[in-house]
Amino acid sequence: MWSWVAHRVTGVAIFFFLLVHVLDTSLVRISPEAYNDVIATYKNPIMGIGEAGLVAAIVFHAFNGIRIILVDFWAKGPKYQRVMLWVVMGLFVVTMAGFLPRHLMHVFGGE
Amino acid sequence: MTTIADPKAPRPPKPRPARLTTRGNTELYGWVFMRASGVILLVLIFGHLFVNLVAGEGVSAIDFGFVAGKWASPFWQVWDLLMLWLAMIHGTNGVRTIINDYAERDGVRLALKASLYLAFVVVVVLGTLVIFTFDPCPSGSPADLLPSFCTA
Repeated sequence: MWSWVAHRVTGVAIFFFLLVHVLDTSLVRISPEAYNDVIATYKNPIMGIGEAGLVAAIVFHAFNGIRIILVDFWAKGPKYQRVMLWVVMGLFVVTMAGFLPRHLMHVFGGE
Repeated sequence: MTTIADPKAPRPPKPRPARLTTRGNTELYGWVFMRASGVILLVLIFGHLFVNLVAGEGVSAIDFGFVAGKWASPFWQVWDLLMLWLAMIHGTNGVRTIINDYAERDGVRLALKASLYLAFVVVVVLGTLVIFTFDPCPSGSPADLLPSFCTA
């Protein structure tokens, strides 16, 4: 049940970011200066943490989406849906453990 | 003597639902699309995040020159175009489902879906135009903001 709620919440959050992201990227069509000014805000620490949250939302939505597909199309999917939620959580932790240190290093300027 | 009804006796026809929410198989196709596009989007978006946030200097290296360098290649143009269209259709259909679930008043539901479809058209048209009309070397811009191939 809560995975269903989380799937909806992360989906809506990603959708609204996507709207903004297409708009900010469209600034490349105005001028290099306009794009660089706005993209510079993506590099400050608060936005950097926001990006980590965005990536976390995408990673959960992606892995849980695969789980939904397996529940729908794999004959044993419904039987293993609870086990697969733990697999989703495990893959989420592993992926974020790979992503977070590197991203935070880029944001906070560590070498 | 009482008799029980024959279990095969025809049932009275069900009343038609007050509001037809769908015609034909549209919702089925939407359901299939969410799953098919989801798998493709996983590959496209994970690739996008790896190249832009993980590889090289990550987010700190993103500027006009970085974007221009990517879109100089048809590979990334097609990648980003596919990502734009699939993600917008997938996301719009997802939000449409959520609006249908929670917005019970007809007027509110209609207004929310009208705004959603307007946002879809604006963002997809704008994004598509930007990918295809993008000039990596706009004249009059300082050379240090442009990708290195502009001066070559």
